[in-house]
Amino acid sequence: MKLSDLFKKGKFVITSEIGPPKGTNIQPLLEEVELLRGKVDAINVTDLQSSVMRLGSMAVCRLLKERNFEPVFQITCRDRNRLALQSDLISAYVLGIRNVLCLTGDYITLGDHPQAKPVFDLDSVNLLKAAKTLMEGKDMVGNKLDGAPDFCLGAVVNPGADPLEPQIMKMELKVEAGAEFFQTQAVYDPKKFENFIKATEHLKVPIMVGIVLLKSAGMARFMNANVSGVFVPENLIKIMASASKQDRPKKSVEIAASLIKQLKGMCQGVHIMPLGWDRYVPDVLEKAGLI
Amino acid sequence: MLVSERKPWDEILNCLAQDESVFIIACGGCSEACQTGGEKGIDELSEKLIENGKKIVGSFVVDFACNKVLVALKLNRYIAELQKADSVLVSSCGIGVQAVSSMINLPVHPADNTIYMGGFSGVWTGEERCLQCGDCKLDITGGICPYANCPKNLLNGACGGSDKGKCEVDPEKDCAWARIYERLKEIGKLENLKKIQSPRDWNLMQPPAVRKRSIFWALEFEEEKEKMVRE
Repeated sequence: MKLSDLFKKGKFVITSEIGPPKGTNIQPLLEEVELLRGKVDAINVTDLQSSVMRLGSMAVCRLLKERNFEPVFQITCRDRNRLALQSDLISAYVLGIRNVLCLTGDYITLGDHPQAKPVFDLDSVNLLKAAKTLMEGKDMVGNKLDGAPDFCLGAVVNPGADPLEPQIMKMELKVEAGAEFFQTQAVYDPKKFENFIKATEHLKVPIMVGIVLLKSAGMARFMNANVSGVFVPENLIKIMASASKQDRPKKSVEIAASLIKQLKGMCQGVHIMPLGWDRYVPDVLEKAGLI
Repeated sequence: MLVSERKPWDEILNCLAQDESVFIIACGGCSEACQTGGEKGIDELSEKLIENGKKIVGSFVVDFACNKVLVALKLNRYIAELQKADSVLVSSCGIGVQAVSSMINLPVHPADNTIYMGGFSGVWTGEERCLQCGDCKLDITGGICPYANCPKNLLNGACGGSDKGKCEVDPEKDCAWARIYERLKEIGKLENLKKIQSPRDWNLMQPPAVRKRSIFWALEFEEEKEKMVRE
C-alpha cells in the first residue's frame, strides 16, 4: 500500500517510527510494533539514526511487511554512493517496500563511528530524483531497467528552520524531484506551524506534522539547545519539570495529544516519533481523537 | 603549480546570459602558466564575449588572484568600471574566484575549472579553499564553494542540521549554505537556488595526464631532472 493512495482518499494519515536495534535481537522491536497494530497507517524505519551503526532499515522493513505492517523505508545519502542507493531502492521494491523516505542523513561525526568516511555522493534532492527515474524504468545515467519499481516517495522538511525561505526553496526542489508527501521535524508551536503551512500552500503536497514525545524537561532543554529548528516552549517544559517520574508519560501523552488536536486541521497527517516510547503512541492517538 | 582549464564556452555564456556589461579579471600566476589567465586569457575571453554581444567595461591581470591583498589593491583602481558592470568573470583557480567574490557585491562567474594543484596551492592569505573538483560551481553559489565548505558536499541547499546559520558538524562553523543563501540574496541571485543541481561528476577530479604535462610545471620538472643527471 502506498501512502499516496491514502492521501488521495482524503484520509488523515498516521505514521509512527521505530529505530532498529544494535544487534540481532529483534524481539523487543517486534513486540513494540505489535502495540501499533491497527492504530497507524504505516511505520517509518530509521536508517542508522544519529549515524549509529545498527540493524538496517531494509531488513526491518521486510520483517514488518511479513507481519502485515506497512513500512516506510528511510534511506539516507550518508553511507551509500549512487550505485548502492539505486541498488537498495530496487532491492527494497522486490522485498515488498512501497514507501520510501529520502533524506540527506546526519553527519558521520554525530554517531558512534566518527572515523568513518562520509559518502554524501547524492543529496536528498538528487536521491528523490534518482528514485523517480528508477520508477520511470531507467537508472541515473539512462540505462534501461528490466522491471521498474513503483514507490510513494516522501521527504522531510523543518517548519522551524530559521530563516524559513531557503527551507521552502529546498522543499520546492524536493517536490520537483518527486516527493509526494512530507514529514516534518518536531513541532511544538502551532502558530509557527501555521505560518509554515501558509508559506507552502502553493506546493499542494500532503504534509504530515512531526510530533516527538517529550520524555522530560531535560530532553526538551537539550532539543532547544541542540536540535536545529526545534523549540519547546517554556510552559511545556514546566509541565514536564513539575511531573513526578511516573507521571511523566501521562503528561507527555497529554501534551502530544493536545498538539495534534491543534495542528491536525492544518495538515494531512501526523508522524509520531516516540523515540522508544512506542507503548504510549496508542494513548496519544486515542486522546487526540484519531482512533 | 596549479592547473586550470577553460570551462566550455556554452557554460560561460550561459552563466552570463542575464548580463550585458562584464568586467574581466585574470590571474597572472598559475592560471597564466596554464594559458587560461594572463593577458592572453583576457584577450580570448573579451573576444568571445564581444562576439556574443557583451560589453567589456574593464579588465585587469592580477599577479596572484588567490592573494586578497593584491586583488583588493587592483579592484580599488577600477571602482568606476566595476560600478558599470553587471558581473565579473574571473579566470583563475577556485581560490581566486572566491577571493574576488568575497570583496565585491557583484555576481562573480568562474571562467575556468580547477583540476589540479599539485604540491603547491598558490599564495592566498584567506580561508578560501579549492578542492580542484574540475567542475567549478562558484557561479551558482555566489562565489562560496559548497564542496569545500559543506561537510556533506551538498549541492541543493542546506541539510536539516543547519541551525541559525551554523553547521551541525561544528557549531562554531558557519553553514556554507546559509552563507550562500545570504550572499545570493545580497547580489540578487536567489533564483539560482530554484534549479536542481545534478550530482557531481567525481571523475573530473582526476586530472588528465596530458593537462599536467602541458604547462610550465612540466618545464620546472624537466630542469630538476637535468640537474640530477649532472650530479
